[in-house]
Amino acid sequence: MKISMIRDLLDADLLCCEENLDSDVYSACGSDMMSDVLAYVKDQAVLLTGLVNPQVIRTAEMMDMVCIVFVRSKRPTEAMISMAADDGIVMMATDKRMYDACGTLYINGLIGTKAVHV
Amino acid sequence: MSDALVFHFDVDGENFTSAGQASTQVKKNLRQLGLSPATIRQVSIAMYEGEINMVIHANGGTADVVVTEEYIEIVLKDHGPGIKNVEQAMQEGFSTATDSIRSLGFGAGMGLPNMKRYTDSLEIDTVLGEGTTITMRVNL
Repeated sequence: MKISMIRDLLDADLLCCEENLDSDVYSACGSDMMSDVLAYVKDQAVLLTGLVNPQVIRTAEMMDMVCIVFVRSKRPTEAMISMAADDGIVMMATDKRMYDACGTLYINGLIGTKAVHV
Repeated sequence: MSDALVFHFDVDGENFTSAGQASTQVKKNLRQLGLSPATIRQVSIAMYEGEINMVIHANGGTADVVVTEEYIEIVLKDHGPGIKNVEQAMQEGFSTATDSIRSLGFGAGMGLPNMKRYTDSLEIDTVLGEGTTITMRVNL
């Protein structure tokens, strides 16, 4: 799925890295607990979260993720947007709740991540 | 790369916002060395979890990363309260973190298990009231 399609499906506001909207992604995960995100490595490309602090960007960076979606109308700070922009991570925000956002992406073909530990 | 490379960082325990900066820098350094993405990810995630632990539990400390031809070693040293029960702390889901830490996205009881998961060896040297030194290695 193109990242641009994620933006369209979630009716999300794009916050940075428009130049990477054409990238393809194949899996995603949704969580507000960053340690849970860090526990599973399976080439997740997209992180959906309602957590808003700089560690969200760092977690995505450590996991080589390319897109962060803030759900539940959460908005990152300018400093967070700047961090993501430096890393080339596409950042967007949607009014949808976590369950709805994940479900929308899933039924449109962006499957989740199998719970596989390294 | 015949000689070992050493990177040293001071981890600020007062600033949750800057937590992870050392891991970010190590990731950049390892990329420049041309190591595999999988290895870089293992090292950076393990170190990041350790760095976060130092900030939220131990008021900061130091991080040293040694890169040789055979392995990458990460040594995290703090002067925090120490770990009361290491065996318990290694169990997934066990945490002494407060609700305020959980509200920051950590404290799910996955930190030490993740550090073990992503490394080939992990040693914990801890003394109550004095601090903890964690040594991790990822073989190349």
